[in-house]
Amino acid sequence: MSRTPLDTVEHAAATPDVELPWAELGLKKDEYERIVEILGRRPTGAELAMYSVMWSEHCSYKSSKVHLRQFGEKAPENDALLVGIGENAGVVDVGQGYAVTFKVESHNHPSYVEPYQGAATGVGGIVRDIIAMGARPVAVVDPLRFGAADHPDTKRVLPGVVAGIGGYGNCLGLPNIGGEVVFDACYQGNPLVNAGCIGVMRHEDIHLAKASGAGNKVILYGARTGGDGIGGASILASETFDDAKPSKRPAVQVGDPFQEKLLIECTLEAFAEKLVVGIQDLGAAGLSCATSELASNGSGGMRVTLDDVPLRDSTLSPEEILMSESQERMCAVVEPEKVDRFLEICAKWDVIATVIGEVTDGDRLEIYWHGGKIVDVDPRTVAHEGPVYERPYARPEWQDALQADDAGKLPRPQSAEELKAQVLKLVASPNQASKKWITQQYDHFVQGNTVLAMPEDSGMIRVDEKTGLGVALATDGNGRYAKLDPYTGAQLALAEAYRNVATTGAKPLAVSDCLNFGSPEDPAVMWQFAEAVRGLADGCQQLGTPVTGGNVSLYNQTGEAAIHPTPVVAVLGVIDDVARRTPVAFQEEGQLLYLLGDTREEFGGSAWSQVVHDHLGGLPPKVDLERERLLAEILISASRDGMIDSAHDLSDGGLVQAVVESALLGGKGARLVVPDGLDAFTFLLSESAGRAVVAVPRSEEVRFNDMCGARGLPATRIGVVDGDTIEVQGEFEVTLAELREAHEATIPALLA
Amino acid sequence: MTARIGVVTFPGSLDDRDTQRAIRLAGAEPVALWHKDKDLKQVDAVVLPGGFSYGDYLRAGAISRFSPVMETLIEQAKAGLPVLGICNGFQVLTEAHLLPGAMLGNDHLHFVCRDQKLRVENASTAWTSDYSEGQEIFIPLKNMDGRYVADEYTLDKLEAEGRVAFRYLDVNPNGSLRDIAGITNEAGNVVGLMPHPEHATEPLIGTGRTDGLPFFTSILKKLVNA
Repeated sequence: MSRTPLDTVEHAAATPDVELPWAELGLKKDEYERIVEILGRRPTGAELAMYSVMWSEHCSYKSSKVHLRQFGEKAPENDALLVGIGENAGVVDVGQGYAVTFKVESHNHPSYVEPYQGAATGVGGIVRDIIAMGARPVAVVDPLRFGAADHPDTKRVLPGVVAGIGGYGNCLGLPNIGGEVVFDACYQGNPLVNAGCIGVMRHEDIHLAKASGAGNKVILYGARTGGDGIGGASILASETFDDAKPSKRPAVQVGDPFQEKLLIECTLEAFAEKLVVGIQDLGAAGLSCATSELASNGSGGMRVTLDDVPLRDSTLSPEEILMSESQERMCAVVEPEKVDRFLEICAKWDVIATVIGEVTDGDRLEIYWHGGKIVDVDPRTVAHEGPVYERPYARPEWQDALQADDAGKLPRPQSAEELKAQVLKLVASPNQASKKWITQQYDHFVQGNTVLAMPEDSGMIRVDEKTGLGVALATDGNGRYAKLDPYTGAQLALAEAYRNVATTGAKPLAVSDCLNFGSPEDPAVMWQFAEAVRGLADGCQQLGTPVTGGNVSLYNQTGEAAIHPTPVVAVLGVIDDVARRTPVAFQEEGQLLYLLGDTREEFGGSAWSQVVHDHLGGLPPKVDLERERLLAEILISASRDGMIDSAHDLSDGGLVQAVVESALLGGKGARLVVPDGLDAFTFLLSESAGRAVVAVPRSEEVRFNDMCGARGLPATRIGVVDGDTIEVQGEFEVTLAELREAHEATIPALLA
Repeated sequence: MTARIGVVTFPGSLDDRDTQRAIRLAGAEPVALWHKDKDLKQVDAVVLPGGFSYGDYLRAGAISRFSPVMETLIEQAKAGLPVLGICNGFQVLTEAHLLPGAMLGNDHLHFVCRDQKLRVENASTAWTSDYSEGQEIFIPLKNMDGRYVADEYTLDKLEAEGRVAFRYLDVNPNGSLRDIAGITNEAGNVVGLMPHPEHATEPLIGTGRTDGLPFFTSILKKLVNA
């Protein structure tokens, strides 16, 4: 319903004393005063709606901005980076004229309120970001975190999230090739649903979100605008949950993957005919975001007639239209003589498309409704000049005690029998168990270019059928490590994703991240955030892999209880020929197993300490990024030159977890010998970073050893692929059948 | 000479490009067909690919069945044009009554994506002649509504006439009656199945098996030798 009289710019100037509901829209008092100061009058209702969503934490990064600058300041020189931070997604040169764009985003809060739709629209949003760069989406990944596996609410949230991701992604025709599923009680009220997407294009097809050229038309196309998701960014994603407030369900959007599939095809067809000057998807903050960002990134202003926006509900007020987060909509800027052809393509795909405005030669964003001007703002003040907070941060008082609680002092198994029992318990624990029940609800095959998909170390997609050029993507994060030490934890996440890409034979190129934390208003959380960003920026600088973009999700907190700080890091890699990729599964009996890297007694934050002792304390494993780089180089060379037939990165659960996974996937066992200088327990369960286990054909052993020796990478022969058991000589033996039962039964038993 | 095999794109078709690739890999020429176009462009055979045409709204395949292209297709299929329906394409064929029965939601209510073992029950259709009867193959399966159902009379008739083309082995992934994965019409020119042979045509991609390629070489040989 519209207000009477219409709250136009004129009306606002004439009625300075009218009280507007700024607090209900999530604005703070000083923020509202700043808006009044910018405009020189009180805002209209429509202007207030725009500022409130665009200045929300979710859209403006107001608490995180001062820290995120480091990603730019410390960015390593990298010729591969074609488009950096600030656009819808970063773009990386992968050679042969191809460019790849990729990004990870969060849809955490909506997925807790309404798991299916929250997760589904998370996929939809990230996919539109990728299309908006000019790329065809080629794969998705989903790093997920839930509360305790046996908690009753997990059985509500997880199946809904998984069905939502599958329901949307499968229907779009995007193979799901990777991600993670982690359980921890700290995520009980705040599950993390991150969604990543990769897109591929030719260099010349890169598109940016800007509106230039006075007279060019602004076309809104896709779904009609409805009342769903109003205030999603400001109210839902930027506040903590609180029982006392009314249900937030109306703030969650509803997805229509079929509409999005049409949107992909018609957008790519318009790109192919070079009909688009600038483009922006409508995600968080809907039209408010698309119009203000397009206008402020371009050279001119913009005039929009809101009456022309196709509506699902004709009673929506202009404020609601501006704030709606209805899904499957995009906004394109098109030269006048190309508008007809653009509309024709939309009609071919049965996509509604409407000219709603045009680019002007001024510098204002003006929006009209029923003939009255209801918005007249400098778009930069909406899109880019929001508040910036230097939130106070301080190392929490409990950090020292946590780090002093050394996991190395926990009781260790006293006999071979006890060690075997703990290993079986570990591989059957929800975090270490097979996630097949989840991943088989996702299509991995569609598009016919999937070379590797989970549970491989990284997903891999063929980009060019003739040359075999491919890209790999891995996402990793370990909230337990980051809780013990956020700086190191962020670097460990980076190191693991980097290693995972290299393990499959691809060269790591660039990084995207999704930073999931508690409330920025808590100085302890803010410290965790600052440390994690510093760690990640330093790490990327050292590894030479720039951060190309990412996403921050704050307020993942219920009451006083924040989640573990959880930086999730995605690393993109390139491989010249996917025929050289290295899988996890053991391929042939008789091949020799080598452990690469150094194993130390490192159990802080380990899976063993969690599963066996329910313990979190001490320090996470040490990070040595130079070692990671060397390991990666060896893995890539060995893969390219055919020196290894399988490889698996070592991370949570240590060596035994990796060997069990390779054995079960390949259907072949292994005989292991504890190397000199290590005890069986440390050998099997330590989580020292910078390690991988590889299977070397006997004919390649000398060459492989020579390479590791010459490059100075410790390589220890630890056994052989053999039989249908895993035998640790002098310790214990367990059949693959028993391991398979332990590893694969857990998740279905909890969730099916 | 080679054969021209059409692949129809409905709004929401997903495996149309993959199917075109599979046709190319088999040595035939793929021809893109558009759902709004009645013209089959003189193709020698047609594949209705997998996907979620019209979002599976109403019922999988129920809306596509009324596309302009289907008018011509139904007419020509009845006259002997070889037609293969994969997954959503199979659903369209049953909705169009070119094949009997229907597909309901999987009995476990989840989408399922797996490498599925099948037995070839009929190796004399236009699309299966490069297999041998009783051959066991692995073809990826991925669907939400894959539970094949028909009344007992129809099922008995299908069995008696040898029209069950493929049967699920080891695991029945969706609750299909009598483990039926695919069927053929009486003439053997129209075949529908839920698994995706186009996803099993290259050694490096997907499961790494090529068990699906004979679908496309079967039809090519038939057309070229005709």
